[in-house]
Amino acid sequence: MAGVELLVIQTGTANLASVVAGFRRAGTEPRVSNDPGQAINAEFLVLPGVGAMGAAMENLRRNRLDEMIAERIGRGRPTMAICLGLQILCAGSEESPGSDGLGIFPGSVRRFGGSMVVPQMGWNRVDPDTNCRLLEPGYAYFANSYRLAEAPLGWSVAWAEHGDRFIAALERGSVLACQFHPELSGDWGRGLIERWLAMGREGDRSC
Amino acid sequence: MLTTRIIPCLDVRDGRVVKGVRFQDLRDAGDPVELASAYEACGADELVLLDVSATPEGRSTALEIVRKVRARLSIPLTVGGGIRGVQAAGELLEAGADKIAVNTAAVARPDLLGELADRFGRQCTVLALDAASRPRGGWEVVVTSGREHTGNDAIAWAEEAARIGAGEILLTSWDRDGTRSGYDLELISAVRETVSVPLIASGGASTPGHLLEAIRAGADAVLAASIFHYREYSVAGLKEFLAGLGEEVRQ
Repeated sequence: MAGVELLVIQTGTANLASVVAGFRRAGTEPRVSNDPGQAINAEFLVLPGVGAMGAAMENLRRNRLDEMIAERIGRGRPTMAICLGLQILCAGSEESPGSDGLGIFPGSVRRFGGSMVVPQMGWNRVDPDTNCRLLEPGYAYFANSYRLAEAPLGWSVAWAEHGDRFIAALERGSVLACQFHPELSGDWGRGLIERWLAMGREGDRSC
Repeated sequence: MLTTRIIPCLDVRDGRVVKGVRFQDLRDAGDPVELASAYEACGADELVLLDVSATPEGRSTALEIVRKVRARLSIPLTVGGGIRGVQAAGELLEAGADKIAVNTAAVARPDLLGELADRFGRQCTVLALDAASRPRGGWEVVVTSGREHTGNDAIAWAEEAARIGAGEILLTSWDRDGTRSGYDLELISAVRETVSVPLIASGGASTPGHLLEAIRAGADAVLAASIFHYREYSVAGLKEFLAGLGEEVRQ
């Protein structure tokens, strides 16, 4: 995987050190940028994110990255969204009312139920539906207070449970959206990153 | 379902892992990068690195250690010790920390928790709360490595901190830390009943049974240092013990 061109989007105040280190361990040479031209052309794109959805969306719009990300996903170019990155792809969030997401997933993100420990912080069991190709059963590291519960049509789903069932990850071809942090999910997370890179490479060759 | 986390803690001073009894009498326990990798390989769910350096030189060494640990580590890393503001927190996050733990500075100025949560997110903001039991019941917040008693009620502080911005509480019993006599279970229960953010129990573990008691008292995660550093128990062995008694752990 040496020399793999991977771009990590700079989503405002997000801390990117762990993401960059995680993809470096998987053999890529990550660059960090918020330039839309680079984002559309990069062989692999990672949309990370921590913090609140409103601020992150504002930053993406200011740099016209919202359109670029939607276009990449529409064309099935290798793209991975992580944590808040997944939530940005939804229609909206209870966390930032009045601030629209990209709407690639039609559902809205809602806070975990009242009696649960929030944020959900720690390792939770991920159970992929049988049509998943990248996602495998195992434990992933989560740090989130909001989650998507309704599966969008046309995507393969992996589920997890915190009070009730929610979407741990979605995949379609080389597009992968994870509510958990693969870069902090030990060997299991590293395996997922490597399968995503391998699938992206394969897809490129067949085009 | 969320699993119970086991978190080894590395107290680091001037580049080396040390562990003291009641934060004093520090003994050398090894190289932080080597220890961090070994703990991950053994099944640790997360690591906490507390910088107990007393000098500016020690502080910059800590940043370098965080960078080195991050390059190798693929589980979450919380860093604490002497963090006074958003800028210092930002530097540690840039070096590779995933969460920032604040203690003395947050007691002096609780708004710091709100500033960290606004800037980096609540999931990134950890309150380290050191509590000492009071002779007539209840607990008091202690700061500056236990040297200073604040008079503040520990349970009320936990509640206020969670409201202002703490997304997790690392709760250390000052009476039990380093004594190997088990966690303060009443303290854990009292904080658990008050806050809904994740709770990490710390201070006093020396047997697998101690970890189980803390989990049953309401801790979402258990932190320990010396029982791991001196290889009395492995993380994997402890998880096997807990799983055998019906606790959910990642194996």
